[in-house]
Amino acid sequence: MSEFSTIGRPIAFVDAAEKTTGHGKYTDDLSMPGMLIGKVLHSPHPHARIKSIDTSRARALPGVVAVVTGQDAPTTYGILPIGHDEHALALDKVRYVGDNVACVAAVDEATAEKALALIDVEYELLPAWFDPEQSMRAENDFVHENRPRNIEKEYHHTFGDPDKGFAEADYVAEARYIANEVTHAAMEPHSTLAAFELDPHTGKPGRLTVWSSTQVPYYLQHKLSLVLDIPMSRIRVIKPLVGGGFGGKSEVIPLEITAAIAARAAHAPVKITYTREEVFWAHRGRPRTIIDLKTGAKNDGRIVAAAARVIQDGGGYCSYGPVTILYSGALLGALYDIPNVRYDGYRVLTNKPACGAMRGHGTVNVRFAFESQLDEIAAALKLDPAEVRCRNLLKPPCVTVNGLRVLSYGLPECIDKVVAASDWTEKRARPVQASEKLDLKPVSEGHGFSRAEEVSHLCHSERASAREEPAGRNPAADGRRRGVGIACSHYVSGAANSIIRSDMPHSTVNLKVDRDGGVVAYTGAAEIGQGSDTMTAQIVAEVLGCDLARVKVVAADTDLTPIDLGSYSSRVTFMNGNASLRAAEDVKKKIASAAARRLDCAVADVVFRGDKVFRQGAENVARAPSPAVDRPPGAADDVARSSSSAVKAQGRVEGQILRGSVQQKRRNEDEGSRDWMSFEEAVVAAIDFSGALTGTGSYAPPAEARGGQFKGAGVGPSPAYSYSAQVAEVSVDEETGEVTVHKIWAAHDCGRALNPVAVEGQVIGSVWMGLGQALEEEMIWKDGLLMNPGLLEYRSPSAAESPEIECMIVESIDPEGPFGAKEAGEGSLAATIPAISNAIYDAVGVRLREVPFTPERVLAALRAKKGEKKLNMTRDVDPTAPATFPEHGGALCFKGKGPARHPLDVARADVARAPSPAEGDD
Amino acid sequence: MKSVEIVVNGVERRAQVEPRMLLVHFLRDVAGLTGTHIGCETSLCGACTALLDGRAVKSCTVLAVQADGHSVTTIEALASEGQLHPLQESFWEEHALQCGFCTPGMIMCASDLLGSNASPSDREIREGLSGNLCRCTGYQNIVGAVKSASRKMKRRTAATAAKK
Repeated sequence: MSEFSTIGRPIAFVDAAEKTTGHGKYTDDLSMPGMLIGKVLHSPHPHARIKSIDTSRARALPGVVAVVTGQDAPTTYGILPIGHDEHALALDKVRYVGDNVACVAAVDEATAEKALALIDVEYELLPAWFDPEQSMRAENDFVHENRPRNIEKEYHHTFGDPDKGFAEADYVAEARYIANEVTHAAMEPHSTLAAFELDPHTGKPGRLTVWSSTQVPYYLQHKLSLVLDIPMSRIRVIKPLVGGGFGGKSEVIPLEITAAIAARAAHAPVKITYTREEVFWAHRGRPRTIIDLKTGAKNDGRIVAAAARVIQDGGGYCSYGPVTILYSGALLGALYDIPNVRYDGYRVLTNKPACGAMRGHGTVNVRFAFESQLDEIAAALKLDPAEVRCRNLLKPPCVTVNGLRVLSYGLPECIDKVVAASDWTEKRARPVQASEKLDLKPVSEGHGFSRAEEVSHLCHSERASAREEPAGRNPAADGRRRGVGIACSHYVSGAANSIIRSDMPHSTVNLKVDRDGGVVAYTGAAEIGQGSDTMTAQIVAEVLGCDLARVKVVAADTDLTPIDLGSYSSRVTFMNGNASLRAAEDVKKKIASAAARRLDCAVADVVFRGDKVFRQGAENVARAPSPAVDRPPGAADDVARSSSSAVKAQGRVEGQILRGSVQQKRRNEDEGSRDWMSFEEAVVAAIDFSGALTGTGSYAPPAEARGGQFKGAGVGPSPAYSYSAQVAEVSVDEETGEVTVHKIWAAHDCGRALNPVAVEGQVIGSVWMGLGQALEEEMIWKDGLLMNPGLLEYRSPSAAESPEIECMIVESIDPEGPFGAKEAGEGSLAATIPAISNAIYDAVGVRLREVPFTPERVLAALRAKKGEKKLNMTRDVDPTAPATFPEHGGALCFKGKGPARHPLDVARADVARAPSPAEGDD
Repeated sequence: MKSVEIVVNGVERRAQVEPRMLLVHFLRDVAGLTGTHIGCETSLCGACTALLDGRAVKSCTVLAVQADGHSVTTIEALASEGQLHPLQESFWEEHALQCGFCTPGMIMCASDLLGSNASPSDREIREGLSGNLCRCTGYQNIVGAVKSASRKMKRRTAATAAKK
């Protein structure tokens, strides 16, 4: 019998019923009597001053109830207190194609759309900035007047003595890496419904209720209060089911405030649902990132210094920018034990949609660069890449060079597991065919590449003088070469310092227990598909020793639920889980003290288990005579399973197929000895004593986990970190440049898997999303216009293209996590991209330094390696050595003019100077 | 405006609709069945998949007037007589859903697939569902759920046959 009853079991999601039957309601499924439909007018220009807006023709259209513009809510806001630079609707300037200009509320969508065409906006075009490196040199026409040189934030951190470290290094690798922009593309488009209660005396709008597809109901309430100038107490934010977020709903999106502004003006409820194209414009995804990375290592593979200069193309608004650029630095040097680290990070404003937080926030692109470079170092030093990682492990408990406290560290076991499961050693040792050796040649930058598989344990003196590069494993019959690559990553379990600095707990949970033993958990945590409601229910049921089916979770309704900061930075299991645990312990104490009187024992001797409450020592004796229970099918406790005919789910999960109400018959007071009582009896005893049975628990990260004192030290620290190691096996078609990923082995240290199927789901989902970024996902721009704002053009892997992902769970049992748990939802993503790029190198010997590894880029690299005819790439980009940061995403050529541009536009002048794509020779 | 009669989940619905109205909007706004979701409105994501005369269609690619005189089944009607459809059970049991937004479309598409191929291979399932996007699961558990449902349906068919 396990130590736990529901913890560690594969529990079906508590909201699976409504999701499989179609009865669950997402925001766009909601409607109200008198509801109007809102449509937003977007800017056609990347950078322009608004000279005038005339809405009179639109207002005159029959069916139009209200038209609102920036003047209706001129207060600025932003997710970060230091970055209040947005208007829900542009006030004076538009800063990207797609910026929000006006909103029409009308009786139906068609009327609203028609009205948009009748709004007359006069713009004065301004020079626009698209390339962050050019943008950083701007002397005028800044994206925001108060951000000279278009730099939103820059940070310069030095830990240890990097110069000394590099001087001591035996080998130094240095290269530029570029990761192109990706977006969340959650399946549910953003949607908000806003409704004011009209004051019966004045007829004016009073209390506001907003239903929205958000990961952060509390922040939404906060920003609505700020912009609409209504006290938070008069605003209620409710989060219905959310169809995926991945960070894209982790800040206030303009439509959420716009819906409320329009509802206020129209005196009627207004719903706005973005079209898929608008979702792409709303964006807030992972910024295009330039990483100039230098790593120094000793001959035995020990890293002695790392230095990175990172530039992020942040788009037109601050968003989470400073946090993203800080995460990039803070997590760079904290996965391994690196004594000397230098970090220079620049978050740059450009005239494109704002970037924000996306799964693996800040760490993914820099991790790609670092893990790729580590692979280069291993190859140069003739070391096994897995072994190199093992030689650089942290030794917890410890504090990293940049002040991050690490208590639990399952990375070594993660590496062991993927190495064993993937047959790493055998696959790396596969002999090369003699004929392949013929086309070996030194690499241009003079790095000493060599076949790593022969050398996993060579010492430095055996470093070969012959400079070879892997020509790939045995070509299969289809002419494709196979290879395997390894990489690691990590992520925070919530930020130890909240966005809005205060002493407030980060999570609070209230519990209320009813007389029939039903437990209601009120939590502000936002279920977005990751399973937070199920996690809350599990922890409460575990602590109270009751059936999981007793626990109902009421989540994310600011009128009912206490504050939780939201679902971002993988904070919910750790923080809300700890708050749930404490709330349940609070209630348990109250039940125990009432039960102790009935059981005639000390409070400390009351045991909660199997939906019963025992006097200590009686729990085994009393198992047989089960109380008369009308159990829900699938009750998830050991005692129940032995005695009831629970109907269990047949598949990978346990849990109830149809959740009924739990009606446990109460035992007669005079029945037998009082060794134990049913959970419901114990609850009644407590309620009879106190009149109500409620409890509260909250969580704030401990002071020791909050990091250092330097500027920017607030981002990166977390109470605990997850770890991941992955091996990818790929094959590359040398004729077409197509990369096929055959399988990925992913081991993830989540502390303790509270619900293994949920953890696996998160890890597999993360790896899959990393796979998409590695192989095909990429936002492609021309003059600030997004060229692929649709799910066909912005390709993500389909079911047919997705490989098998084998997930292995590593449990390091964190001392501060709830039951030892840490995050599971983001940490795995970052390792996938470098695991694939390293596998490509292993297969065909080309080192791709620009993501994604599209067939064009791979083929260009293969041709360059063989000295063949060049591919016609935009601006001649070499994906193995990307020097510039072309706006066009590198792999495509465009014809045509794009949006109207200011004649003095720097970017345009540059395009004219750049070699014309037509000069390519393909 | 055009007059249409569409049998939705066994109930005849008559309505005056604009000729441009999409079937998905008819289902959601006229019939009030919001289980059929809209993810892109451009037939790329498959979230709006429903059955038209028993075959899966992306209901954002069909006009309501095209469905005039036909019968449509949505996720809401897949369970019958208090019993979940084996696919619904399996999606639940195999943890084949997270945010759930693509789930109704996936299940409807899979039901068409199993209708024409009672024991699909992994590859056939992956190909069959490749027009339905999911951003949460990496598809792995979805494939597992469809396989599991296929086994269940065969068992049930066998059991029914045995009774007769």
